[in-house]
Amino acid sequence: MLSYTIRRLALAIPTLLVISLIIFLLLDLAPGDPMAQVPLTVPPEVKAQMREALGLGEQVHIRYWKWLVQMTWVEPQVLIDHLFGTSLSEGKLRILSWQHRGPVMDVVVQRLPQTLWVVGTAYLVGILIALPIGIWSAYRRASLFDQAGTFVTVVGYAMPPFFTGPLVIFIFSVQLGWLPSIYDTTHRVTDWNSFTVQLRQMVLPVMVLALQTTAQISRYMRAAVLDSLGQDYVRTARAKGLPEAAVLGVHVLRNALIPVVTVIALGLPAVFGGAIITEQIFSVNGIGAQLIGAIRAGDLPTVHTITFIFAVLIVLANLLADLLYGWLDPRIRYE
Amino acid sequence: MSERASLLRRLARHPGAATGGVLFAAILAAVWLGPLLWPLAPDVIDVRARNLGPGLAHPLGTDQLGRDTLARVLAGGRLSLSVGLAAMAIALGLGTLIGVCAGFFRRLDGPLMRLTDLFLALPLLPLLLVMLLLFRDSLAGIFGPEGGIFVLVVGAIGLTSWMPTARIVRGDTLALKEREFVLAARAAGTGPIGLMTRHILPNVLSPILVSAALGLATAIVTESALSFLGLGFPPDFPSWGRLLSDATIYLADYPERVIAPGLAISLTVLSVTYLGDGLRDALDPRLGR
Repeated sequence: MLSYTIRRLALAIPTLLVISLIIFLLLDLAPGDPMAQVPLTVPPEVKAQMREALGLGEQVHIRYWKWLVQMTWVEPQVLIDHLFGTSLSEGKLRILSWQHRGPVMDVVVQRLPQTLWVVGTAYLVGILIALPIGIWSAYRRASLFDQAGTFVTVVGYAMPPFFTGPLVIFIFSVQLGWLPSIYDTTHRVTDWNSFTVQLRQMVLPVMVLALQTTAQISRYMRAAVLDSLGQDYVRTARAKGLPEAAVLGVHVLRNALIPVVTVIALGLPAVFGGAIITEQIFSVNGIGAQLIGAIRAGDLPTVHTITFIFAVLIVLANLLADLLYGWLDPRIRYE
Repeated sequence: MSERASLLRRLARHPGAATGGVLFAAILAAVWLGPLLWPLAPDVIDVRARNLGPGLAHPLGTDQLGRDTLARVLAGGRLSLSVGLAAMAIALGLGTLIGVCAGFFRRLDGPLMRLTDLFLALPLLPLLLVMLLLFRDSLAGIFGPEGGIFVLVVGAIGLTSWMPTARIVRGDTLALKEREFVLAARAAGTGPIGLMTRHILPNVLSPILVSAALGLATAIVTESALSFLGLGFPPDFPSWGRLLSDATIYLADYPERVIAPGLAISLTVLSVTYLGDGLRDALDPRLGR
């Protein structure tokens, strides 16, 4: 297991390197000029110096190497400095955003909590709804509940967030007037009142994202429980007189959860992708909104960094899913 | 021929597949034949008929420039479905080629599967957005504004969604390669190209068809998402996603403008998904005839 983990980790590093190189080369083809906004009155030699300062004059491989060093060596040092008050990164150049003229990671760190709050809550809510639906759908197969569950899945699959988002805004904000349609990022939770305001503004984005999660996970859960219900150990558990609650809650659930847990781990990065759209609809000022803003402004270092962060999340989720599978199910042996 | 007839019969008997198939055919017919019955052009601006609600002259109302919403939804459907079908065809062709090669030639298997894994690890939505941003102008220069963005969207979606097909085809090819009829054909002196096209491909057709249905749904949703984020088709030739995105500003007053394209996307995805599920059941030989 340990050697397998180490081997997988070793394989993840070249994967990430290649992905970051692909993104970098793609961005390098960009026709946009970051100096386009600079006034014409600025003399050409000053412009050349500014270009130099942005690191644009260098060869492609040197710029990629610089980005790589900044991303994987300097930025972790900044993090360590921040956590422990050391000064490892002093005087070292960080990845600078062309848009903000400041370090990209500073903005990412500002934006990430907003995304994590909304996406994390939505994923949790989605899973918590999906698991009981999946279990009961499988247990009462072909019942009215099962058909309703199938319908929710189909709706979640057929109605993408950019349709459900405006729809729930129309129903709950415009018609009923219950909930705000815009997520106020500057809102601070200080007392009970402001906490309820925070809760209310989170309901709609969480609803939209959770529907997607519920649709997927409940389907997997249903299939896994169905598979598990037909196994010999379930018949044994029933034959020895265990109550149905114990059969379902212990014997079936524990076995059915094994594949579902890996699906949950694998789905995490996809939710971040979906959050890009949901953030746009509800004006959540998160990392997805930052990416869209950077793409529109032609802020290539920010685009590269955030896309790379997404890639790291995907690779880590794959790794996590594989390791969890082996850890939860001792029948699976990695050699 | 009887094989095909029996497949059609099984499809027709499958309630999900029948409903999905009929619905999808209806959508295709409405979108391509609809303009014959509904002659209003989608781009005619009628300033006196701005912001009308649903009525007799305009069943779905008009937009802020007086353009007929029904005509625009039909035109948007032509675009969305064309993009979906073309992107699906590219993804399918690429996926089948890579899958068959990986399954057939042992030496190519490792590198091609690493490539598939690599593509699966790419953050696709951000990459698609970046690709659309970067190549929009250069392709518009070659194919014209409309053709350029079409080629770009179709190419970008097709190039980033072949991986599931490749995996399925590879698995099936690996299994088929060792079967007796392939060995017999090989013993009879059939070359690798003949083996692949005459013996392997016809037998992996059913999983390819199923992934075609699912790929079409994904391609339509992806295109709509890109257009919704403002990086797909421009408002002068809008797809369903763009229509939906343009209408969200007027959501409070004219919800039908959001619901019409949204419902069109959902119904298409739904029908294609059911059709794919039905195909999977009907093509599964284990279920008997």
